[in-house]
Amino acid sequence: MKILVLVKQVPDTATKIRLNPGDTAIQTDGIKWVINPYDEFAIEECLRLKEKAGGEVVVLSLGPSRVEEAIRQALAMGADRAIHVMTDAVIDSQVAARALAKVAQEEGYDLIVTGKQAVDDDQAQVGALVAVELGLPQVTVVIELNVDVESRRIRAERELEGASEIVELPMPAVITAQRGLNEPRYPTLPNIMKAKKKEVKSVPLDSLGVDTTPWVRVEELTLPPERPAAKILTGEPEEAAKELARLLHEEAKVI
Amino acid sequence: MNFDLTPDEVMIRQTVRDFAENVVAPGAKDRDEKSEFSFDLMRQMGELGFFGIPFSEEWGGSGGTTVSYALAVEEISRIDASLGLGFAAHVSLGCSPLNLFGTDAQKHEYLTRAIAGTYLAAFGLTEPGAGSDAGGTATFAERTSDGWVISGEKCYITNAGHAGYIVATARTSREHRRISAFIVPEGTAGLSVRCAYNKLGMRSSETCEIHFDQVHVPADHLLGEEGKGLHQFLDILDGGRISIGALSVGVAQAALDASIDYATQRRQFGRTIGQFQAIQFKIADMAMEVEMARTMVLKAAWLKDQHRPYAKEAAMAKLFASEAAMRASNQAVQIYGGAGYMKDYPVERYLRDAKLLEIGEGTSEIQRLVIARQLGLEGDR
Ligand SMILES: Cc1cc2nc3c(=O)[nH]c(=O)nc-3n(C[C@H](O)[C@H](O)[C@H](O)COP(=O)(O)OP(=O)(O)OC[C@H]3O[C@@H](n4cnc5c(N)ncnc54)[C@H](O)[C@@H]3O)c2cc1C
Repeated sequence: MKILVLVKQVPDTATKIRLNPGDTAIQTDGIKWVINPYDEFAIEECLRLKEKAGGEVVVLSLGPSRVEEAIRQALAMGADRAIHVMTDAVIDSQVAARALAKVAQEEGYDLIVTGKQAVDDDQAQVGALVAVELGLPQVTVVIELNVDVESRRIRAERELEGASEIVELPMPAVITAQRGLNEPRYPTLPNIMKAKKKEVKSVPLDSLGVDTTPWVRVEELTLPPERPAAKILTGEPEEAAKELARLLHEEAKVI
Repeated sequence: MNFDLTPDEVMIRQTVRDFAENVVAPGAKDRDEKSEFSFDLMRQMGELGFFGIPFSEEWGGSGGTTVSYALAVEEISRIDASLGLGFAAHVSLGCSPLNLFGTDAQKHEYLTRAIAGTYLAAFGLTEPGAGSDAGGTATFAERTSDGWVISGEKCYITNAGHAGYIVATARTSREHRRISAFIVPEGTAGLSVRCAYNKLGMRSSETCEIHFDQVHVPADHLLGEEGKGLHQFLDILDGGRISIGALSVGVAQAALDASIDYATQRRQFGRTIGQFQAIQFKIADMAMEVEMARTMVLKAAWLKDQHRPYAKEAAMAKLFASEAAMRASNQAVQIYGGAGYMKDYPVERYLRDAKLLEIGEGTSEIQRLVIARQLGLEGDR
């Protein structure tokens, strides 16, 4: 089975976000970059599929040269080779999906897997748009995946608000992974060492022949307002509890 | 000059850090309190390849650098120094002798499984009558027609309770100071191991006494050359010092992080205590010493990777880093005040753990002797 996993490099979720006035992107110097956590579930699932059914797992990433670090990490987890679409440009989900779909089309895959969303701009669009670009069936927010290689059919459980849905679809298809799908492995040290010998093909975005004009432009970016200082209730427990209930009801409006 | 780590080294450090923070951290306090050694964690580290970092792929290692290994020991020790000690002792004292002096058959039989984490490896040098003065070894190995019969005892031996083999030193001559090293497999008749010390710190590392009551090992279980044991273990201890240095950096870094954390939260006299210059100076000194210690440890590791002499630098790094860890953890308790004296916070554990670092694998006094010898100063005879 030939599996493609789309991996995005994002700022570590513990990063303190900094912005200068007028910026339309966050300050990136000194940021620690990691693999988008949802993409880690995607990588893990692909590796498990490969371990069961054989074949190959190819990593596809888009971004500037720093992205190579995330690619190496995915290779260290056990992916076989990688394709890096290079660009320093600011792009939107549409352009990203077009570029990724183009690369995917060139080689042809049985399955394309990615995270349900990237935790940097939380758009949750790229996986779905890639499926549209390729005209493939898709299932998003997947928490359990069963692939029958013989019949080339997929049975997936996807998470809904307060419920879950089971869908069946044929291969090839696009899957987006949700937390709970699996527990991603740590790369073993021998695999980290082997990763540097694996092939990473670098492809300039401009060479793909896709329209790279973004549809969406960021006009303004601001940090959330600072939270006001906490209120500390004093006095008799009974009084304090009453006051707390009143505040939760009238001010916080949560009960 | 280039102080950058390689991309591999960065990735190895990150992997070990994630493992330490997510898997090791949750039970660290509990294990310390109950003196509970976790072989399960050690086994997981073996499966992830942590034990094989500095060893060849031929034996299941990953052919990495001593620098990567030092970074890995630091990361584990920052979260749990006891586990860091088990890690460092297993690799530097248990596996290294086989790697350096073992035959291919010995490596195949023992080293591969120790690297994989199937079992641990222990190094038995210290005896009740032979600590700093390892030449005073009294354990004796008598040559027989087909091997050796070992009798004697060892004390304070790390990991021996879960060791698949123990590298034990013994005299092999009644007249001369000839010391040799032997591979003693677990379960050999006459070998008994008891791990019941009640320790000040490093409480969740396994420390054992070992008795050899006419333990027979075949001739091919001699490690390296007969009579060369003293030279061999000096080599091993040189490497081991890098790992104790790295362990010390981990403890010192943990003390520093905890100090900054508390100093920016605890309020007295209407401000955070981190706004008092007295506290700031403590933290600045701590940070400086962590920086120096780490640089010294990595420099010694780098020298070893370049196959250059590193004995002096390793002794200096171990000495400075262990004393820095002791100062840092002591100051961390001071910064926490009364809270630091309580088990609710980890800093008292750092202090108890740090003390071992000035004792194990050569006391601070012995490190100073080693450095002085390296500088050409003779001892009195
Ligand atoms: C938790 C723990 C784990 C250990 N793990 C291992 C292990 O895995 N394998 C192993 O073989 N050993 C192990 N050891 C033993 C350790 O290496 C020894 O304790 C250490 O080398 C000191 O020896 P000693 O305890 O006999 O002290 P001693 O040698 O009796 O020293 C007592 C004091 O005298 C000082 N002193 C001794 N000689 C001199 C001198 N010439 N000049 C100046 N001062 C001197 C020492 O510095 C020290 O302050 C471990 C010890 C501990 C506590």
